[in-house]
Amino acid sequence: MSEQLHYALFTGCTAKQSTPELLSSTLAVADKLGIKITILEEASCCGASHLQDFDEFLAHVLNARNICYAEKLGLTMITICNTCQLNSAMTKHALDTDPELKARVNEKLAEVGLEYKGTSEIKHFLYTLIDEYGLENVKNKVQVPLSHLNIAPFYGCHNIRPSELHEDANGHENPYKPTSLDSLIDALEGNPVDYESKNKCCGFHVELQANHTSEVLAGNALLDAMDNNADLMVTPCPLCHLKMDTYQDSISKVMGRDVELPVLHMPQMVALALGCTEKEIGLNFHVQKAKHLYTA
Amino acid sequence: MSETRKVTIKAFRFNAETDYLPYTKQYEMEVGKDDLILDLMNRIKWEHDGSFSYRRSCRHGICGACAIKVNGKAVLACKQNAIELLDLFDNDITLEPSSKKRAIKDMIIDKSDFWEKHAAIKPYVVADVDPHPTHETKQSISEFNNFLDSDLCIQCGACHYSCPALEVNPEFFGPAAFAAAYRFTVDTRDSAGAERLELTAQAGQGVWDCVKCFECAEACPKEINPIEKITKLHNMQFEQGIAERNVATKHAEGFLRGMKKYGYLDEADIVTYSEGLLGAYKHIGTAMKMMKSGKIHWHSGVPFIDSIPKIKNLDEVQKLIEISQTNKL
Repeated sequence: MSEQLHYALFTGCTAKQSTPELLSSTLAVADKLGIKITILEEASCCGASHLQDFDEFLAHVLNARNICYAEKLGLTMITICNTCQLNSAMTKHALDTDPELKARVNEKLAEVGLEYKGTSEIKHFLYTLIDEYGLENVKNKVQVPLSHLNIAPFYGCHNIRPSELHEDANGHENPYKPTSLDSLIDALEGNPVDYESKNKCCGFHVELQANHTSEVLAGNALLDAMDNNADLMVTPCPLCHLKMDTYQDSISKVMGRDVELPVLHMPQMVALALGCTEKEIGLNFHVQKAKHLYTA
Repeated sequence: MSETRKVTIKAFRFNAETDYLPYTKQYEMEVGKDDLILDLMNRIKWEHDGSFSYRRSCRHGICGACAIKVNGKAVLACKQNAIELLDLFDNDITLEPSSKKRAIKDMIIDKSDFWEKHAAIKPYVVADVDPHPTHETKQSISEFNNFLDSDLCIQCGACHYSCPALEVNPEFFGPAAFAAAYRFTVDTRDSAGAERLELTAQAGQGVWDCVKCFECAEACPKEINPIEKITKLHNMQFEQGIAERNVATKHAEGFLRGMKKYGYLDEADIVTYSEGLLGAYKHIGTAMKMMKSGKIHWHSGVPFIDSIPKIKNLDEVQKLIEISQTNKL
């Protein structure tokens, strides 16, 4: 790479609140790899697919505002949450393909001195590592190979579906047979676990209103990974992490089997292999303890 | 370069009348660049095993009869090119029915649950039509466009049998029924919209149980994007005052509380606001574990303590909410 990669980071709400380890490990990985990050301190919540249900137009206005700040910097906006990625990308797609909607949204944005132009791309950090930094370059930076770990990749829905929306941003990932996380695990010299549930839903979004559905979906994936000898699960989505990590006790009760599996954020896994400090990786923030994985 | 590829096709086999368990059989054949999945199934039946069973009819992607899954991907066998799938799945082709648990014979499934749910949402225009009209009923182009392609649904069941919420909760209407509910509710000639919106607002069966996985959007062979219609139904429930105050609707609307104050969602507040104080009680065990691990900390994220860091230029978000919000609960 001749030029230093530079991105505008849309943190999302979760990395600023219940998963501080996601933000610290993301920044640590970027630092180790020499990727420059500018945090979009002006960015608001993406609506998390719930605000959209209440008021879709308002959600478009607020997401467009976030993108405006990446555009002002002239940078690609990167996300570290699948749901932030999807909702931001959906707004971008809607505005870029519907001039009437774009005009209505810009009419509102003008009231706060902003204009959505459509000049910034939106990409999840996972795919910038693979498509732009390059897996070979990641591999060359590995200091602590993860060869002792069987790692179950859990892709989460909103990076891979609907594939048509993401195809330019995620390297044309096949939603029925995704490979990005597997190849990243390979590059870190870990052992990717192949299991059927890797591209399924974790149930996070109905945790409150349809708790049983949510617990069963998460339980199916966790048990599937465990039955295939996973030492840990890794996901690019903090919402999948929250569901899979914090609810293992109640999931065990619903599933009738003990569920015990550490669930790492994708940047935490990379940070482990790059030899980042314990504080940067933040495994102590997990409900299902994962601190024993720290070997540096 | 050869025009054909020699491929081993694996097929799900099961006869509910004679088999206790399903099994897989393999068939070797040459696959050409123009072969459709339906051609491969025909070849299995005509050249290898006459007992192999599947539904087929129009061969033009219109009747929906031949909907199956190939390597987990929902397809219309008569529309799906085989080589494309071989490329997508590294030369691997496994034919399975849309729903293995509803299999009757090989690819043929019992679709009665699909049709019951489809019928329940009144998938037709409900109108008091004059038996001797003096003129035709017209619709404008924009009224037609408002269908958002939901009119193109062929009831193949691809989205229905790809929906993970339905797998867990058999009461759930499912994406195809919701797409139909949307299609007839926005029809300007129809008068049963409120009834459909009330039906699809019900907990357990309605749109609030959608897990938002986008499997339906991925599965639809007609590119109808059922989850887009699910979002529209959510919005219409609020617009038309049909949404009742409950955990699901307060969860959707409650995002604005945090965003107005901080720009961010207030993660702790959204739970207490959605569930109510008594309802939030059931989350205390999880909350305590999260607190112990540092996922909830005293300096931020605790209900009633106004200490979450605010975004820069929060006033812009507040202003935009004030001037752009179109719905209320």
